[in-house]
Amino acid sequence: MRLQQGGQIDRGQKISFRFDGQYYKGHPGDTLASALLANGVRLMGRSFKYHRPRGVLAAGSEEPNALVELRTGGRQEPNTRATMVELFDGLQAMPQNAWPSLRFDALAINDRFSNFLTAGFYYKTFMWPAAFWEKLYEPIIRRAAGLGSITTQPDPDAYDKGYLHCDLLVIGAGPSGLMAALTAGRAGARVILADEDFRMGGRLNADRQSIADMAGADWAAQAVAELAQMPHVRLMPRCTVFGAFDHGIYGAVERVSDHLLTPQPGKPRQTLWRIYSKRALVCAGAIERPIAFANNDRPGIMLAGALRAYANRWAVSPAQDVAIFTNNDDGHRTAADLMALGVHVAAVIDTRPDAPPLAGTAVLAGAQVTDSAGRLGVRAVTVRLANGQSRKLAVGALGVTGGWNPNLGLTCHQRGRPVWEEGIAAFIPGAALAPGMAVAGAAMGHFSTHAALATGAEAARAALADLGHSAPAPDLPRTEDAPTRITPFWHVAGTQRAWLDFQNDVTIKDVKLAHQEGFEAVEHLKRYTTLGMATDQGKTANLGGLAVMAELTGQSIAQTGTTMFRPPYTPVALGALAGRSSGRDFRPTRLTPSHHWAREQGAVFVEAGLWLRAQYYPRAGESHWRESVDREVLATRASVGVCDVTTLGKVDVQGRDAAEFLNRIYCNGMAKLAVGRVRYGLMLREDGIVFDDGTAARLAEDHFVVTTTTANAVAVFRHMEFARQCLWPDLDVQLISTTEAWAQFALAGPKSRAVLERLVDGGVDLSNAGFPFMACAELTICNGCRARLFRISFSGELAYELAVPARYGDALIRKIMEVGAEYDITPYGTEALGVMRIEKGHAAGGELNGTTTARNLGLGRMVSTAKDSIGAVLSRREGLVAPEGLELVGLRPANPQSQIPAGAHLLAQGAALVAANDLGHVTASCYSPNLGSYIALGFVKNGAARMGETLRAASPLTGVDLEVQITSPHFYDPEGERLRA
Amino acid sequence: MIIPHPLLGPCDAQEFTYLGDASLIARPDGMAEGAADAFYDYLYLRDNPAGLHRELWYHEQGDRSWLVVTRNTLTHEIVTVELARDVARAEGRGR
Repeated sequence: MRLQQGGQIDRGQKISFRFDGQYYKGHPGDTLASALLANGVRLMGRSFKYHRPRGVLAAGSEEPNALVELRTGGRQEPNTRATMVELFDGLQAMPQNAWPSLRFDALAINDRFSNFLTAGFYYKTFMWPAAFWEKLYEPIIRRAAGLGSITTQPDPDAYDKGYLHCDLLVIGAGPSGLMAALTAGRAGARVILADEDFRMGGRLNADRQSIADMAGADWAAQAVAELAQMPHVRLMPRCTVFGAFDHGIYGAVERVSDHLLTPQPGKPRQTLWRIYSKRALVCAGAIERPIAFANNDRPGIMLAGALRAYANRWAVSPAQDVAIFTNNDDGHRTAADLMALGVHVAAVIDTRPDAPPLAGTAVLAGAQVTDSAGRLGVRAVTVRLANGQSRKLAVGALGVTGGWNPNLGLTCHQRGRPVWEEGIAAFIPGAALAPGMAVAGAAMGHFSTHAALATGAEAARAALADLGHSAPAPDLPRTEDAPTRITPFWHVAGTQRAWLDFQNDVTIKDVKLAHQEGFEAVEHLKRYTTLGMATDQGKTANLGGLAVMAELTGQSIAQTGTTMFRPPYTPVALGALAGRSSGRDFRPTRLTPSHHWAREQGAVFVEAGLWLRAQYYPRAGESHWRESVDREVLATRASVGVCDVTTLGKVDVQGRDAAEFLNRIYCNGMAKLAVGRVRYGLMLREDGIVFDDGTAARLAEDHFVVTTTTANAVAVFRHMEFARQCLWPDLDVQLISTTEAWAQFALAGPKSRAVLERLVDGGVDLSNAGFPFMACAELTICNGCRARLFRISFSGELAYELAVPARYGDALIRKIMEVGAEYDITPYGTEALGVMRIEKGHAAGGELNGTTTARNLGLGRMVSTAKDSIGAVLSRREGLVAPEGLELVGLRPANPQSQIPAGAHLLAQGAALVAANDLGHVTASCYSPNLGSYIALGFVKNGAARMGETLRAASPLTGVDLEVQITSPHFYDPEGERLRA
Repeated sequence: MIIPHPLLGPCDAQEFTYLGDASLIARPDGMAEGAADAFYDYLYLRDNPAGLHRELWYHEQGDRSWLVVTRNTLTHEIVTVELARDVARAEGRGR
């Protein structure tokens, strides 16, 4: 019900929203939780395991119970805490975990079987038979358990990422945070003040005490207004700092549009901030903890501080008649605040025999609440008085407080270890905090408002002094400075079904069971009972569970210790972590210089790393990709084809010692390569395995151009820089990656020279004698365009690679097509490239897969023994040179029209298909239009010695099992006459 | 993490690629006697200290410097950062 007056809500405006199919009204300033309570809705969900009726427990982000599915369609979001949802017009929310309805939940039957559903139930019950897990147990459990459901529709909203820097990051805008920000801001420091709430002020908005003779909330508003005037201070409401990371970096999520029906055009829903702070001050306040007693989970039973917050901030009370159950003075303050607002407080049940009196209500000193009644919400509570008598109180709400815990979360993210503070009966942050981090106010255990203001100001001054600035001590406004008076009391004795963790349905009985079965350590307790897991991470539950365990083991809570808190402080949407990196923007797309031209030709593209490459160029009438690829291969071998090979990595190597450097990088000799010549090069890793292959072209005595495979371009460059800087720092050699700088095209086929002659400017002898196989030159084409020409061949044909500065790539492909028209020049894609290389037996990705050696590839003799090069020594290791090693071979099927599946395993004929009989495997496979047969490459033990043998190629994955014959991997033109033509 | 680059000042660790133990600088001579054993040690035998660790980072999204970063593996505190080239020279590596 809404109270007659007060509250930081705009009573002049009404906004309508829908919960569980019903329409309700609320006011701007409401949360979903406060608006539901204002409408008399106490029942908001069902519990995780027993499907018990649940209402709201807290008023902030620690809420374990009131989880709803917010919004609909692609924007639907499960496990949203109703306490954190800022009410907006048109809001729709559904309760979770209830079927068929919230008021009647069929699975509430679980509650009757609670004797069986205790901790470890799943572990013990569903162990056998194992095969039943996937098909029977798991689907049943998954349907019954779980919290909410996710939408299967794509999220229509955008998420952003941003970076911020500051001198002082203040986390939390309660009294200590505001005072810290004011102190640092007035001194001119760059300050960021972040708070998860949409209204800054923290407990000042929820309490009634005054500051400087004005309401706490008004003082907070005044402080925020002053800060907003400071250009070097950034106020970030609706912004949760969720993680403390290394070196003063904090992660934060700003809910930019979550308080709107849909984001404004061009605005993200949320922004993930990476905040670089020189100093950080945690002013995250404290979280109240409940007291466990029988049936303490009914809707209407909530934390006393939350009851007070709803009344003061939102002018809401769940009922007209309430009671307070407390072990500390703060419970009395709640009772006083409620009475001041016209709520009837039936009694304050205080566990302390020496509890102080309170005007206006009965304080039952030394009493305890032993039980509650009410089907879908509390109607009455049973109180055991100090004299042992029982009394029933008819109340619609019970505020419970077992004391306050400093909010430790962020202080633990960097190895911080909390310590027990007897005076407040709670853990406070330990001395070893993350570098640059300090804690002030209630988060440090200073619970009075005065102490919060004082420590906030002091911590800000200390942080600034650390940075070499000075800030004057502010005049602290006058406010309450009550001591913390508490007598620890965790649970009412003699009850089993008393809830410790509301979200995970963990009761005292479960902790006892964990103890009985030896799961005593806090981390074991957590995992065995699920205490402190899921979306709230036990913010209200952990200490109660630890206290019960401490009792059982006879240790103190300090000895028992606490579980650690890790990021994130509250759940972070995956969308926020992904930012803009989703869908087609998941990663960058790199386009080749001929991409636009290829698209005009109707090319089909394939992803090669980040690149999009033309896979093949279908022509009218071709209905299957094989038709296109066969045509491209045949046309290239018959006349001439052209292919964009820009994606190959290119490294410019310059300097007096360039040749010596490459001689150590490649396992084969490079030192004596003549100027104007190219050599194939094989790079090993230091462990002797093949790293990459490519070509090295010597353009001048002190200038090489090295190519790498597309996939390894980055890794090879990194490796070369490592060798240059770390291994041989005094070699005179410089490296530049020029992959993007040069557009490069392969011209292949017997007519490639004729095409080239129409491009290259006069005066260059391109004849076989003048520019032989493995020649290279810098020259000009098309009347003065700078170019590099390499006579190298991956296809096995007479072939060249022609490179021009990347900006001329598009013009060059068009020119090549124009002058090549006379020879029916055919553009070919990566498929035809692959077919031709398999026909020639050239190694590529399938063979250079990071597990193979030069010997495996038939290139063992390339590894020079006359010099030291990277990987040379370990390539001669016993295991790598043993007989029976894998060797690259060609494979042909008995029936030329039978496809050999890549990945198929090779076995002796008749051998059983078991790993022990494995002789090798197929690495690459294609149809060769030149041979009119399917062919393949593969590795076979002692392959070279097995030429002509027939093996069994079996692929259990595809169900193919056929006979193949071992041949030379050089299917086509094995003597290499064509490429030297 | 933030790595204080000796030339460029503080840089976010996201700009770097990590390689591993800085002992990789001490590559043995492949032509020397006993090279196989030396390389085995060099490549496979590493310390895994809980505490200060000298390690190689590559400023891949930056100036391409290889750095030797001395980092406390328990706290991620970065104690010193040197250019790997300088470290290599100091350890007697040259041509």
